[in-house]
Amino acid sequence: MSQKTKIIEREEVVIRFSGDSGDGMQLTGTQFSDTSALFGNDVATFPDYPAEIRAPQGTVGGVSGFQLHFGHQEIYTPGDYADVLVAMNPAALKANLKWVKASGTIIVNEDSFTDKNLEKAGYESDPLLDDKLADYNLIKAKVTSLTRECLKDSGLDQKSILRCKNMFTLGMVYWMFDRPLDHSEDFIEKKFKKYPLVVDANKKVLKAGYNFAKTIEALPYNYSVAPAKIRKGTYRNITGNKATAWGLMAAAERANLELFCGSYPITPATEILQELAARKDLGVKTFQAEDEIAGICTAIGASFAGDFAVTTTSGPGLALKTEAAGLAVMTELPLVIVNVQRGGPSTGLPTKTEQSDLLQAIHGRSGECPMPVIAASTPSDCFHYAFEASRIALEHMTPVILLTDGFIANGAEPWRIPTMSELPEIVAPIAKEGDDFLPYAREEKRLSRRWAIPGTKGLEHRIGGLEKIDGVGTVSYVPENHQVMSDIRKKRVELVADNIPELKVKGKDDADVLVVGWGGTYGHLTTAVRELQKEEKSISLAHFNYIFPLPKNTAEVLGRYKKIIVCELNDGQFAEYLRSTFQDIKFEQHNKLMGLPFTVVELKERFNQLLEEK
Amino acid sequence: MADTVLNSPNIKKLSAKDFRSDQENRWCPGCGDHGILNSVQKAMADMDFKKEDYAVISGIGCSSRFPYYMDTYGFHTIHGRAAAIASGAKCANPDLEVIQVSGDGDALAIGGNHFIHAVRRNIDMTILLFNNEIYGLTKGQYSPTSNHGMVTKTSPFGTIEEPFKPSQLAMGAGSKFYARSLDTNIKLTTEIVKAASDHKGTSIVEVLQNCVIYNDGAHSIITDKATKEDYTVIIEHGKPMIFGKEKNKGLIMGGNGKLVVVTIGEHGITEEDVLVHDAHTEDPHMHWLLSSMMAPEYPVALGVIRDVDSTSYDEKMVQQIEDIKAISSIKSMDDLLNSGDTWVVE
Repeated sequence: MSQKTKIIEREEVVIRFSGDSGDGMQLTGTQFSDTSALFGNDVATFPDYPAEIRAPQGTVGGVSGFQLHFGHQEIYTPGDYADVLVAMNPAALKANLKWVKASGTIIVNEDSFTDKNLEKAGYESDPLLDDKLADYNLIKAKVTSLTRECLKDSGLDQKSILRCKNMFTLGMVYWMFDRPLDHSEDFIEKKFKKYPLVVDANKKVLKAGYNFAKTIEALPYNYSVAPAKIRKGTYRNITGNKATAWGLMAAAERANLELFCGSYPITPATEILQELAARKDLGVKTFQAEDEIAGICTAIGASFAGDFAVTTTSGPGLALKTEAAGLAVMTELPLVIVNVQRGGPSTGLPTKTEQSDLLQAIHGRSGECPMPVIAASTPSDCFHYAFEASRIALEHMTPVILLTDGFIANGAEPWRIPTMSELPEIVAPIAKEGDDFLPYAREEKRLSRRWAIPGTKGLEHRIGGLEKIDGVGTVSYVPENHQVMSDIRKKRVELVADNIPELKVKGKDDADVLVVGWGGTYGHLTTAVRELQKEEKSISLAHFNYIFPLPKNTAEVLGRYKKIIVCELNDGQFAEYLRSTFQDIKFEQHNKLMGLPFTVVELKERFNQLLEEK
Repeated sequence: MADTVLNSPNIKKLSAKDFRSDQENRWCPGCGDHGILNSVQKAMADMDFKKEDYAVISGIGCSSRFPYYMDTYGFHTIHGRAAAIASGAKCANPDLEVIQVSGDGDALAIGGNHFIHAVRRNIDMTILLFNNEIYGLTKGQYSPTSNHGMVTKTSPFGTIEEPFKPSQLAMGAGSKFYARSLDTNIKLTTEIVKAASDHKGTSIVEVLQNCVIYNDGAHSIITDKATKEDYTVIIEHGKPMIFGKEKNKGLIMGGNGKLVVVTIGEHGITEEDVLVHDAHTEDPHMHWLLSSMMAPEYPVALGVIRDVDSTSYDEKMVQQIEDIKAISSIKSMDDLLNSGDTWVVE
C-alpha cells in the first residue's frame, strides 16, 4: 500500500504503548491488536494500568501501558521485551525503557519533554538530548503540536483536540507495520456516531500520523509480519473476563437453565459482571449486591430456587465469601465461584496479577469443606474452563471455584469461535414431581443428591447449614453421623476426577526436567519450554487446569521425571500442595511476587541452570 | 401457580395442620415463637398459594429454626444472610412466595446491611422480624434492640448503646410496608402476615416476642392484663385510633407536630377529633410517628402501620428482561458468539 524504503521480514513483533492513564493507550493498543488479528496474525496482549482512575499526571506511578505481541506463528505471551515503545511523556519513557530490546525503536512525543514533565518523571537531564538513548532508534515526533495543527480548523475545543493525539501515534505505527487503517476508521465511526466532528478529527489525525511516518522516513526500515498459519474457522478477539462470562452463559444454555449472577464489583473481576449485565437479551439475571457476602448469598438463594447461579470476585472478595461457600458445600447446591486473582494480601495490588489464592481456594473455609477447584490458562480458554466449572457444579451438585488471574482476565487473544452444538449437554440431577425423593438421598456414581426445586409439588423439604442425616436430611449432632457425612463430602469431590480429562505432557516422557505450572502462567511456560525443546534440550511441560481433585494420572506422570520444577506467581502454594499429596516426589520451585507475569527469558535461564545441574 | 388453587374444585382447602412438619420442635416451653408459628401456619393455609410455592428462609438464631417446623420448601442458612439468600431465591423464581424469618440480632446486627438493602430494592417478600430484644441462642447477650442501660451477660454494668427501632430503620430504607404484632396475639399476627403477603414489595412484620429464659417480660406493659389495653393501640386503615380499657382514649395531632394522647369526653374532645389511620399514604411522616410511640408516654401501635402501593424489584427485573429480549437481535449464544468483529480464516 505504501512505498517502503526497506522491508524486514519478522517472525514476531512486540509493541508497547505507554502514556498517562488518560492518554488513551489501552484503546490505541486494542486497535492495533484488532487490526493485526484481522490481518491474520496471532496476537497476545497485556494491559498494564495503575489502580487509580487518574493517577498524578506525568508521574511514573500514573503510567498506563498496553503491550501486544503478534506474529506469524502461534503466540502464547504478550512478549517479554518490546521492539517498539511508544512513550507519550518522559514518565512513560522512564517506566518502560527497561522493557525495550537493545536497538529497538522508541517513538516519543517530543512536545511533552518539558522541564516540568522531566522533573515529574524524575529525570535530571533531558534523555532526548544526551547519549543515553544512542543505542536505540529514537524517533522524536511533535505529536501534540502536530495534532493541534492538524485540527486547528476542526471546530473542536482544545481539550477535545488533545484527546486525539493517541490516533497520531497509532497512525505512525500502522505505517511502520504496513497495516491498513480501515478497521480503526470503522471503529471511530461507530464509537463516535453521535459526534461527526469527533469522527472527522480522529480519522484526520490517524491519517496525519500515518503520512507523517511515511514522509519523515525517520524509520530506517519497515517490518513485515506475515499472517499466521492458523486453524480454519471464524475468529474474534476476546479477553479472559469476557470469555469467562460467555462460558458461564454457554453452560446455562446447554443446561437449559436460567443464569443468575450475584456479585459485587472488584478489580480485576468486574468486567465479568458487566458483560453478564449487558446480556438481558439472553435472559441473564445479574444482581449487584450490597457486598461480597450478599453476592454469593443471593447466588446460593438463586441456586436453591432452581437457577444456575454464579458469583464473581477477586482474592479479598473470596475471603469474604468463605462462610457462605461452606453453606453451599453443606447444602450440596450447584454454584460457580469465579476468582480473578490479583496481588495480595489485603488490598495488595488490585490491578496486578498473582496466583496466590490457590490455597485459599482449596482450603480456605471453616471445617473440612472440600470443593472442586479448576483454573483457566489463557484469555480464550477462560470460556472453556468457565464452561467446565459450570458442568462440574451442575452435574455433581457442588460449588466449584474457577481461578483466573489479572493477566489472562485483561489480556486478549484471537479465539476460534465454537458453535453451541459442539459443546456437551449438561444434565443436572433435577428431581421431578412424583419422584421418590429424599433430600439427601444419593445417586451411586457421583454420590450427588438431587435438586428438588421449590414449586415442585410433593418434594417439599428443608436444607440448611446444620449437619444432616444422610438420606432423610434431618438435623443430627450424632458423632458417628458427622464422620459419615464428612467422608461423603470428601468422596464426592474425589469422584469429580472420573469426570475430567487426564493430564497431558508437552514433550518427552523421559526428559531430564519436567516443568510444572498451573493456570495463567501457561503461555510463558509453554514458550520457554518450546524454545528450549527447539534447542534440543531435554525438557517437558505438565500444565494443570484441574487442581482439586487432580487428574487421575498425576502421580504416574510426575513419577516419570527425576527433576521437577514447579513455577508459579506466588511463594510456592502449588508446590506445597503437590508435596503434601505426593510425599515421595521432590519438587524444585521457581516463584515470583512482583505483580508481573514471568518473562520467557527468566524462565529459560532458570531451566537451563536446572538442566546443567547434575 | 397460586391463582389456580382456589378455583380448582378438586383441591381441598389447606389447613394450618398441612404446614406442620414432622420435625421435633426444640423451642423452650413458653417461648413466643410457638405462637408466631401457629399464626403463620394459619395465615399460609388461608392464602392463595400452593404448599410447594412457599419458600421459608431463615438465618441463625432461635427464630431461624422456623423452616424446620414448616412443611414446605425451607432453607436454614447462615447468620445474618437470610435477606440476601431470600432475595436471590425470589429473583430466580418470582412465582415463589418467599417468607424470611429472622430475629433482631440476625436481621439488624450481623444482617443489618442486607436488611436495609432488601428493603431499599423492594424485593417482593415478607420479612418476619422476631424482636425479643436479646440474643437467645447464644444465651443472653444484648442485641441491637435492647434498651439503653440493659444489664446482660455482655453488659454487666448496663449497655451504653442506643437501640434501633426496626420501624425507623425500615422506613429510613424506603420501606413500603411495615406492620407490628405481638407473639401472643394469634389473630392479629395471622391477619398481618396475610396483609404482608398481599403487599407487592418487601413487607416488614415486626413481631414483639418474649424470650422466657433471657428477657422474660420485655414487652410486659403490652402483654400484662392490667396494663395492656391502656398501652396498646391496634390501628387499622380508615379507622380512628381509639384505645384503652374504656375505649375512650385516642390520638390527635398536637400543635408541635407530635402526637398527643387524649381522652374522649374530656376538654371537649369527641370521637371526631381522633386521627383516622391512613396506611396507604406515600408520606411516611405519620407512619414514623405512630411506629415510634413507646410506653408509658404513648400506647404501642400494633397493626399494619404502612402499606403503600409499589412495584417490586422482581417485577421490574422480569419486565426489563422481556423489554430487552424484544428489541435485541441476539437470541441465542450462537448469535452472540458470532456478533461484532469476527473474521474467517480459510
